[in-house]
Amino acid sequence: MTQALNQTLLARATAKLGPQVSLAIGLLVLAVLLAMPLLHLLPADHAMHVSAYSLTLVGKILCYAIVALALDLVWGYAGLLSLGHGLFFALGGYAMGMYLMRQSAGDGLPAFMSFLAWNELPWYWYGTSSFLWAMCLVVLAPGLLALVFGFFAFRSRIKGVYFSIMTQALTFAGMLLFFRNETGFGGNNGFTGFTRILGFDITAAHTRAALFFATVVLLVASLYLGFKLARSKFGRVLTALRDAENRLMFCGYDPRGYKLFIWVVSAVLCGLAGALYVPQVGIINPSEMSPTNSIEAAVWVALGGRGTLIGPLLGAGLVNGMKSWFTVAFPEYWLFALGALFIVVTLFLPKGVIGLLKKEKDQ
Amino acid sequence: MRTVPIPAAMLDTAAGISGLALDTGKTVGKGVNVRHGTILTLEDINVSFDGFKALTDLTLYIGVGELRCIIGPNGAGKTTMMDVITGKTRPDNGVAYFGEQFDLTRMSEVQIAQAGIGRKFQKPTVFEALSVFENLELAQKTNKSVWASLRATLTGEQKDRIDEVLSTIRLDSARHRPAGLLSHGQKQFLEIGMLLMQEPHLLLLDEPVAGMTDAETEFTAELFKSLARKHSLMVVEHDMGFVGSIADHVTVLHQGSVLAEGSLEEVQNDERVIEVYLGR
Repeated sequence: MTQALNQTLLARATAKLGPQVSLAIGLLVLAVLLAMPLLHLLPADHAMHVSAYSLTLVGKILCYAIVALALDLVWGYAGLLSLGHGLFFALGGYAMGMYLMRQSAGDGLPAFMSFLAWNELPWYWYGTSSFLWAMCLVVLAPGLLALVFGFFAFRSRIKGVYFSIMTQALTFAGMLLFFRNETGFGGNNGFTGFTRILGFDITAAHTRAALFFATVVLLVASLYLGFKLARSKFGRVLTALRDAENRLMFCGYDPRGYKLFIWVVSAVLCGLAGALYVPQVGIINPSEMSPTNSIEAAVWVALGGRGTLIGPLLGAGLVNGMKSWFTVAFPEYWLFALGALFIVVTLFLPKGVIGLLKKEKDQ
Repeated sequence: MRTVPIPAAMLDTAAGISGLALDTGKTVGKGVNVRHGTILTLEDINVSFDGFKALTDLTLYIGVGELRCIIGPNGAGKTTMMDVITGKTRPDNGVAYFGEQFDLTRMSEVQIAQAGIGRKFQKPTVFEALSVFENLELAQKTNKSVWASLRATLTGEQKDRIDEVLSTIRLDSARHRPAGLLSHGQKQFLEIGMLLMQEPHLLLLDEPVAGMTDAETEFTAELFKSLARKHSLMVVEHDMGFVGSIADHVTVLHQGSVLAEGSLEEVQNDERVIEVYLGR
């Protein structure tokens, strides 16, 4: 919620004032985000104490913001609307979850395997007790899947709505696969009941603060990466690809490599976000792969303003801020509100909130 | 051929691309072998779409440094021919060679573009969200791999080249405007400019003066004439005035094959041509 408010304030101010001021506001928001984990470490009765609930909520929204940014890189810049980014997010989350389950289980098997009367770990669980290997999996699982899927999709020149439908089908297939107990990822319950990470108590204030801090660092790093890519010739080629792919090919560029590169980068970013999401939220299950989650991510980007770097962050902050307020105040109406929001944005804000703010600035 | 005064800016451009200067009997620029003085060879090309024959035994040769105009009624197969040359459409059979060694029927669009064939579309196609300068930057002949683009920075030489082309196509003052905001004629020029940046050996131009004012058309004619000899050009155009002002050699297409070939005067007096096209 704080995040959402901060971002709204940031954007409003940006609209009225020059780039230096908006940079100052950006730094202020960053300072607030960096202060939050420190304030969480204060004693609970202190006036400035940030509760574990708020910290987790904002941390979660920051993870979503990274997903929104990653989706915007492929959709806003390269024109590839993915409706399956939830899959990459969940794969990163599951890779982290495997490590966390191994930490909780100690030398034994994770609890859900005992329930299934399994006596040994499936082969793909080998090495997951090592944090380093788990981190490799966080990158490799979404990265390789994106590489293989992208390779074939782009080679066959699948574009537009067909591409979106295929990504949607992919995440749906992933969800069905992970729902099965035999897949070895805890079936529909997924992973939960984490106790320790790197030997630290996962619910301890220090651990929460560190995880939150790591999320802020990842968000800033993703923004920096996005900024660098968007400013490079590579970024301009992506924009050209989005607007006139044929022209680009007749200029001598092979679009496949460009699409594949940004597609894999985007998937890996989602995986990393998922890996930070799971220890903060404390659960990962196949519903993270449900098609609606991926569609919601597209709503964040559309609402914030695609093709910009700040837009998707704003969108993720606003929608999730509203969501956490709505689901407390009027839980039944959240989906209606989300739908209405999407319609309003599509009809009246084709360039998202950022577009609206920029327009005000121009006038 | 008539001599026409050419603005100094254009002569500069011509000098700038003299890397492609041809010596018939040797290779042009890098890699294209034109030993027999022919840059493009099309022999017995057939293309059919669901039974409709778009090209029938089309045979056509373009010489090095030639400026060839292609005319013909709608549906004569002009655009299909360009699609075959640029790899967009695969012929059912026939021979298509660029220079002596590039078999166009086996190359992808990207490979063909990199080998040195540039194409201007019928509808002007530019990167609308990017500025005029950036459009030219992307078209510039350079390493176009992903890794190269990630690290690319413009050298002074490359910037100079872009500036040169900007003044050639008279878009100097619009360099920072998004290409989407240009007028139709300006977009046509920008696309021609992008072709120049690519430094191709063969330029295919599909209706380059459509939607241009008379002054712009005249300027384009001068520009093309200054490009010929250093490049080979194939121009598809309906504007007979324009064709007359640039072409030394005209090919008439009809129903997917060559009906007549010669100077504009010759083909205009050809009985069959008058019957199918000019007489209507």
